[in-house]
Amino acid sequence: MGKPVAMTGNIAVANAMRQINPDVCAAYPITPSTEVMQQFASFVADGKVDTELVTVESEHSAMSACIGAAAAGGRVMTATSANGLALMWEMLYIASGNRLPIIMMVVNRALSAPINIHGDHSDGMGARDSGWIQFYSENAQEAYDNLLQAVVIGQEKEVRLPVMVGMDGFIISHSIENLEMLSDEKVKEFIGEYIPHYSLLNIKQPVTFGPLDLQDYYSEHKRQQSEAMRAAKPVILKAGQDYAALSGRKYGFFEPYRLEDAEIGILTLGSSAGTTRFVVDQMRERGIKVGMVKLRVFRPFPVEELQAALGHLKALAVMDRCDSFGAAGGPVFSEVRSSLYDLPTPPRAVNYIYGLGGRDLGIPHIEQVVEDLQKIRQTGKIEELITYLTVRE
Amino acid sequence: MSTNRLKGWKEIPIGGLIPEAGNSAQYETGGWRTFRPVVDRDTCKNCLFCWIYCPDSAIQVEDAKIKGIDLKHCKGCGLCAQECPAKAIQMIEEAKLS
Repeated sequence: MGKPVAMTGNIAVANAMRQINPDVCAAYPITPSTEVMQQFASFVADGKVDTELVTVESEHSAMSACIGAAAAGGRVMTATSANGLALMWEMLYIASGNRLPIIMMVVNRALSAPINIHGDHSDGMGARDSGWIQFYSENAQEAYDNLLQAVVIGQEKEVRLPVMVGMDGFIISHSIENLEMLSDEKVKEFIGEYIPHYSLLNIKQPVTFGPLDLQDYYSEHKRQQSEAMRAAKPVILKAGQDYAALSGRKYGFFEPYRLEDAEIGILTLGSSAGTTRFVVDQMRERGIKVGMVKLRVFRPFPVEELQAALGHLKALAVMDRCDSFGAAGGPVFSEVRSSLYDLPTPPRAVNYIYGLGGRDLGIPHIEQVVEDLQKIRQTGKIEELITYLTVRE
Repeated sequence: MSTNRLKGWKEIPIGGLIPEAGNSAQYETGGWRTFRPVVDRDTCKNCLFCWIYCPDSAIQVEDAKIKGIDLKHCKGCGLCAQECPAKAIQMIEEAKLS
């Protein structure tokens, strides 16, 4: 078993980075992720890592420098939040398009305007089509564990994709929690040596990264990216198994909770899973057959696996800590409901947009969701497809 | 590569990467050309400024004299005509030549 420690999500993540000991980090500070690189900068200054830390003038430059360093053959990491991620936008696609396995901690935060520095998933969800693998973490332990596994997954030969690991801003990033850390040696062994498939610094094999790609081949390269996401699925499961052997903590695409005999269910991701699990237990004591799915991997989206896990439910609530204005519900809802479409008798699915800009999601809110689901189960009727939970009328 | 069958997504390096050096000759940029450089042999002094400036190595030279233009690679950028001290190169619209 690992060493039990008490630290904030950010410090846990910085320690994971210390243990990973990347070749290059290029970063620009933004709340609430600032503390990650601040702590990591101390590790660099204290000689705890061999990393070249590049302090750049913007997040666009941070990701650009990461791309250059990754193309040069380095193991590369960074961290950001919200508007910082938004400023990286152009470069996110260049990182994934060039198939560079950069690892980025995204401390999820609301996007301006109006300005708000607190936790929601608008930043990460906005980048869902950028070709990055995406994880969401429930707590500091998962953020630490996900980051270590992200390294192994991204660098795998048939994957070669960048990976974002999300954790909720402030709720996780700034709260001190108990967690277990692996020993430095175990982490080193788990992540292995990084062998880039091609490197700009390998003068024995000169290569060109990022050349012009027109009507004749661009489609084929995009098709390859799609395939890499498919190939990532077994790699994610394998990394989860290997990590379980090392840590005792199991990871898959999602975590089902009291779902097998459930009639109604709630699907959520991030820190709200803890509160939801508590409510599920309370409701179970009252004899209500409710279960939960905590989604961990959003890209690649586990369509078939969710179909198998959710198919027997009568009613399902999908929780989105992000709105997709003018869409058919929040981003998680759109994908989950689309996944259920092919089932012979899909559960009636409803969407709850909640917790924007760090608004608390409390026990009574989830109790209301369970109440609504009970009604849907009994009547088979959906009154409100999309409900704005935690919003004043 | 225009003479070859275009490859499928399983056959090509990932990320648009070019894993070998010195293969730009395989990419025939001549198809981009709107204006073609035409050399007036009587005015040309064979100073080879055009050969030096051509970004696509499209000026063909033999025995220190201009032999012709490699039209498979000449993009028609007009640098040769611009730099020619003798004003011996004219850029003529392709449509008027064919």
